[in-house]
Amino acid sequence: MHLDHTHPAPAALSADARRPDGTRRALRIGLGGPVGSGKTATVAALCRALREQLSLAVVTNDIYTREDAEFLLREAVLPPERITAVETGACPHTAIRDDISANLEAVEDLEDAVGPLDLILVESGGDNLTATFSKGLVDAQIFVIDVAGGDDIPRKGGPGVTTADLLVVNKTDLAPHVGSDLARMAADAKAQRAELPVVFQSLRGGTGVADVAAWVRERLAAWTA
Amino acid sequence: MSRAALLVLADGRFPAGGHAHSGGAEAAVKAGRITDAPGLEEFCRGRLHTSGLVAAALAAAAVLGADPGELDAAADARTPSPALRAAARRLGRQLLRAARVTWPSAELDAVARRFPKGAHQPVVLGLAARAAGLAPEDAAHCAVYESVSGPATATVRLLSLDPFDATGVLARLAPELDRVADRAVEAARRVADEGVDALPAASAPLLEVGAEWHAGWPVRLFAS
Repeated sequence: MHLDHTHPAPAALSADARRPDGTRRALRIGLGGPVGSGKTATVAALCRALREQLSLAVVTNDIYTREDAEFLLREAVLPPERITAVETGACPHTAIRDDISANLEAVEDLEDAVGPLDLILVESGGDNLTATFSKGLVDAQIFVIDVAGGDDIPRKGGPGVTTADLLVVNKTDLAPHVGSDLARMAADAKAQRAELPVVFQSLRGGTGVADVAAWVRERLAAWTA
Repeated sequence: MSRAALLVLADGRFPAGGHAHSGGAEAAVKAGRITDAPGLEEFCRGRLHTSGLVAAALAAAAVLGADPGELDAAADARTPSPALRAAARRLGRQLLRAARVTWPSAELDAVARRFPKGAHQPVVLGLAARAAGLAPEDAAHCAVYESVSGPATATVRLLSLDPFDATGVLARLAPELDRVADRAVEAARRVADEGVDALPAASAPLLEVGAEWHAGWPVRLFAS
């Protein structure tokens, strides 16, 4: 590696695993999914589960407000300097997939300001079933759907459901009330995703969160190995 | 030079963050100054002859090799609104990142070292054009086109304006875009002898006031 001794190295460009000073950057995990499926609540639960052992930060991508960032601040899951909001100009999927420059600035600024960090969670604005994160922005992605959005979503597939590194089916406690068949959702997800993992989660019931956190820890262990 | 390189740089999908900015259109829509396609055309014409002209001259001067630091200071002096200065630097930083990957060059790396928090976007646009082997006229055309295409696409989203009407506005403005780009390049060519004071300083007070107003909103679709 070329080291320039007369000037500091220029800023990082994209998904480079090393920061300009040569240290390893934080693992970046994206959380996407439809509006109201529980992305922000899952981010909050992950922060609570991991913040004692890991140095964490969060980037939110709101569509037209700072609500998600403000929810996390209100819940006090992390100190305010560890939470940043990116504005997306009415196109949340563009900011995480087609033009990731604002999100890259946000993750790098967080590492500069409060680093060193182990993990940065990048939460997408609520979007549709085709929204996925660019590999230039995140190292792994979680797609969050919920049982109340219809138990046919896993069957319908789409890039989020089919290719995300982890699929979280949220609000399982609501299944009996909205007539969703969890066994059918599990079978459809298995058919779409083959060996890729699925977690059924109920934040209200406290189930599933530990599995999602364990999956994140595994990714982190692989990243730092 | 490659004509196709100009299309790459001028493409609205070039991943440099522009999609999240309305170029003042969101504030103008909310204030009732843009309600339809003719209103959009008037807004774009105003922006073209003020901040569009200034941006094009800065970009052309950067292609011609003027000092980026002096150009950045000149851009600051021509941008009264702190919100607009911040947005221009943020966009400059994002454009620099995209340009460094797209057209790798030692000169762009040096600019990234010198301005870690970003230089004004038109200055970076000129440097990116230079790295792409483009001419000052090309950079000026990119700048003037961006000055009207950003508000046009934003207005399509904000007002559900017919996208064909919005594109027609851009087409009707095209001859004016050419003339403004020519004026900008003329001014930029004088910088070598006369310094950055030769650059135009046309100002649009409503854009500046609107940007400050917009920056204070709790709920908005665009970053500026």
